[in-house]
Amino acid sequence: MPDGAQETGIGASVRRFEDQRLLTGNGTYVDDINRPGQTYAHILRSPHAHARIVSIDTSAALASPGVVAVFTGEDMQVGGLPCGWQIHSQDGSPMHEPPHPVLAQGKVRHVGDQVAVVIAESVHEARAGAELIGVDYDVLPAVMDLKAAAAGGTLLHEEIGTNVCYDWGLGDEAAVDAALAASAHVTEIDITNNRLIPNAIEPRAAIAEYNGSTREYTLYTTTQNPHVIRLLMGAFVLSLPEHKLRVIAPDVGGGFGSKIFLYAEETIITWASARIGRPIKWTAERSESFMTDAHGRDHVTHARLGLDADGRFTALKVETHANMGAYLSTFATSVPTYLYATLLAGVYTTPIIFANTRAVFTSTVVVDAYRGAGRPEATYLLERIVNKAARETGRDPVQLRRQNMIQPDAFPYATPVALTYDSGNYQATLDSAERLADVAGFAARKAASEAAGRKRGLGYSTYIEACGIAPSAVAGQLGARAGLFESAEVRVHPTGSVTVFTGTHSHGQGHETTFAQLVSDQLGIPIESVEISHGDTGNVQFGMGTYGSRSLAVGGEAIVRATNKVIEKARKIAAHILEASAEDIEFADGSFTVAGTDRSMAFGEVALAAYVPHNFPHDTLEPGLDESAFFDPANFTFPGGTHICEVEVDPETGVVEVKNFTAVDDVGRVINPMIVAGQVHGGVAQGIGQALLEGCVFDSEGQLLTGSYMDYTMPRADNLPSFTVATETTLCAHNTLGVKGVGEVGAIGSPPAVINAVVNALSDLGVTDVSMPATSQTVWRAIQDARA
Amino acid sequence: MQDFSYRKAQSIADAVDAMRGADDGAFLAGGQTLLPTMKQRLAAPSDVVDLSGIAELTGISVSGDTVTVGAMTPHAAVAASGAVRDAIPALCDLADGIGDPQVRNIGTIGGSIANNDPAADYPAACVALGATITTDRREITADEFFTGLFETALQDDEVIVSVSFPRPQAAAYMKFPNPASRYALVGVFVARTGGGVRVAVTGAGEDGVFRAGAMEAALTSAFSPDSISDGQVGEDGLMSDMHAGADYRAHLVAVMARRAVAAAG
Repeated sequence: MPDGAQETGIGASVRRFEDQRLLTGNGTYVDDINRPGQTYAHILRSPHAHARIVSIDTSAALASPGVVAVFTGEDMQVGGLPCGWQIHSQDGSPMHEPPHPVLAQGKVRHVGDQVAVVIAESVHEARAGAELIGVDYDVLPAVMDLKAAAAGGTLLHEEIGTNVCYDWGLGDEAAVDAALAASAHVTEIDITNNRLIPNAIEPRAAIAEYNGSTREYTLYTTTQNPHVIRLLMGAFVLSLPEHKLRVIAPDVGGGFGSKIFLYAEETIITWASARIGRPIKWTAERSESFMTDAHGRDHVTHARLGLDADGRFTALKVETHANMGAYLSTFATSVPTYLYATLLAGVYTTPIIFANTRAVFTSTVVVDAYRGAGRPEATYLLERIVNKAARETGRDPVQLRRQNMIQPDAFPYATPVALTYDSGNYQATLDSAERLADVAGFAARKAASEAAGRKRGLGYSTYIEACGIAPSAVAGQLGARAGLFESAEVRVHPTGSVTVFTGTHSHGQGHETTFAQLVSDQLGIPIESVEISHGDTGNVQFGMGTYGSRSLAVGGEAIVRATNKVIEKARKIAAHILEASAEDIEFADGSFTVAGTDRSMAFGEVALAAYVPHNFPHDTLEPGLDESAFFDPANFTFPGGTHICEVEVDPETGVVEVKNFTAVDDVGRVINPMIVAGQVHGGVAQGIGQALLEGCVFDSEGQLLTGSYMDYTMPRADNLPSFTVATETTLCAHNTLGVKGVGEVGAIGSPPAVINAVVNALSDLGVTDVSMPATSQTVWRAIQDARA
Repeated sequence: MQDFSYRKAQSIADAVDAMRGADDGAFLAGGQTLLPTMKQRLAAPSDVVDLSGIAELTGISVSGDTVTVGAMTPHAAVAASGAVRDAIPALCDLADGIGDPQVRNIGTIGGSIANNDPAADYPAACVALGATITTDRREITADEFFTGLFETALQDDEVIVSVSFPRPQAAAYMKFPNPASRYALVGVFVARTGGGVRVAVTGAGEDGVFRAGAMEAALTSAFSPDSISDGQVGEDGLMSDMHAGADYRAHLVAVMARRAVAAAG
């Protein structure tokens, strides 16, 4: 390797190729794109959480300067936005799926619901036009409280006769009840997983363009999965064939789940672009993002954990009310069921578990997957109730964890909640985290804090998650309406450089670097010779996109398999040219060599030969070197780890300061340690945000009180310490790379570590519970209540 | 944002003229509140009169025991001023804690006090230090200047020229920031002067900045953190919202006051 060249193979911290572009302002985001003749859309939104639309008068808006067109739900009679995952209730009946209109059909069901679209020559004129639309509303009571809504009262969707979407169960309730009744101790907990607003740095945006002569639509949109958007919008809403609808997701500034889903706005402008014959751009204002991006979490749960006299977990019963919002978003129904209850064994050997989830419609914007999606909710519940059980039974919370952990030699391990963990070593991450967090020195640090009038606490979370979403066979059994495989195409060019087309999409994850490392390593060619292409249905064969920490474990494995096909084809070409049999050709370090000889061809020479063939045997060897693969994993992957949080609380004000945060994660084989650390940093920041700062608040009439950064608290640099992160590796057993996924571990593992630390800090003041977000006021009140 | 007429005033007289000729004018004195509210269409002035071109409104001078800050002086200039730090270090500290670097480099003291946001920092300094606000036509004491929520004694066409702060014997400002906006959830400015101790509270009052009389009396007799207790500022008249109930705010007023007294020394 020349001096100054960086190591680029698997395991090297290759600096991200995309950063030069993104950090110097040279990225191309949707709003950076402008098309000739472009118009601008503004969406008129409901100011009410629940109302009947009596009438809409658009005449003044149509006469307003610059306004090109105005459409309402009456004009736009198309299919509703579909839900991709069907859940059945315990009685066997399918979930209720009320229509999710793209533009309101006679009724609005949350503040921000789309009522009309105004298209004009400028954003300003579109907005001014929208202010002239007269809507006569018959305001109805808002449906806000989850449990009250589940019980009945005002119905959001009268036609289904209930506000409950489904009443789902997993496990044997009677057996769990019996086991709990027979337990030496039962710990009960009531817990709320606070509702979050995603806040990607780039607001949602879209441009739709219709070519009247070719009858082709092009949609540029901020999505994590352009092919899924094409499929859902084309097949279910607008009845457009896929060869006439191209979806492009260029640079996208963060998603965290919120850009997975098919949204109304991109659908409206795609439909309208053909009506007006001009391109239409829509870019969300930040306040629209707060109001209309799919929110995350929002569970209210009661749970009971049984322990025998020795402290072994005997059974767990979990009853959850999950907020769906006003409609069913794309993946909403799977989040509080199969992405949640299936993780309730955690890293423990609890032998029997029953989970019941009631999904409830409320007068709020939709709730769907947000970084972790179901798994943070499961982890938070488990790691809080384990700590509570330790306290109630006079046990050390770490020892109680160790006592109940699945042993390293127990894999594959079948849980009582439908999953089989393939690999892991939870004790190793715990040991490593305790060492890195200097748990041994905690007592001295606590004493120093005490002397300064502060309360110091230590909190643990030993978590597991399921990602690499998703094995189609398992997902299909669980109600997914599509298999969640991934595809790749490896196109070798005549001079030996390579373009890799992946169906995943990078919106911050660094795929352009990690995937290039894989291919460069496998083909033995310089990393600069590999280009990663994604995000355009016009280029990429197919793809399910990026979410659920799936890009490397599913998409990366597809790339590996396509690259293997390239090597096999190249081997045949080399064999032909070197006049040997393919079985005698060895491939190593970028060269094809006849075994036992010095006759050899470099990869680039073989590539050239593939495109300038001489005397290829026509019936057995085709010219060209371009292979694709589809990979459908046999199982989920199961990253896990230990997070330890150390906090200091000012008991006078309730302010919590995170002093140290240690994350030791097992994410399988690490391709790029720097990117892995960065993913953990971001996830932990979000987890600390959920634990201490972030909480979506509506008033009783459904108005969003945390509708801007004036009131919604995002984590900032000064809220966070420098993190200590490390990995402990066990390999995934069912992909050749041995990778598990890292995108969500930080957000999944961290919140209970933070709250357990806060409760630990305040335990000698008598505090036993603090809810998220543990704002200074919440903590101060907990202290006052304990003193009272 | 709605259409409006923009005029960059060349002199104070020019600014007053422009405002008198406007249907519904607004002075632009940094715009850190005005511009966001215009963008959100919550404010729609017919005319915006920009004061940034009037040289005499900007600058800091210290004369004897008085610090005078021109109305259009940005917060960053106050924070960085050695002369102010020598005379009233608490004023530098307060200015250095307003918003973020972008806000501090464009937002001004005149803009801040004319807006009289109930969670702004400068009103507490003005009231606690007994500042005098000089306008194009008169002088107004801080006690008379702040008249209610976003309300001041200013007339519609009146331009603040400068704010004069008498040097205290000791002073300190303690802010408990709103975790989201970083405005003061509670801010307490304590000043020990020849005429007694003055304590001004911002962020907490339903009518904006107010003086904490009971604390002033207790501190005037003994300038010590121990003179502060929770009941001296009660819940009545305090704001209550999702970030802090009135009871929590009342408690924070006492905590911040204690810490300010300790810091003032």
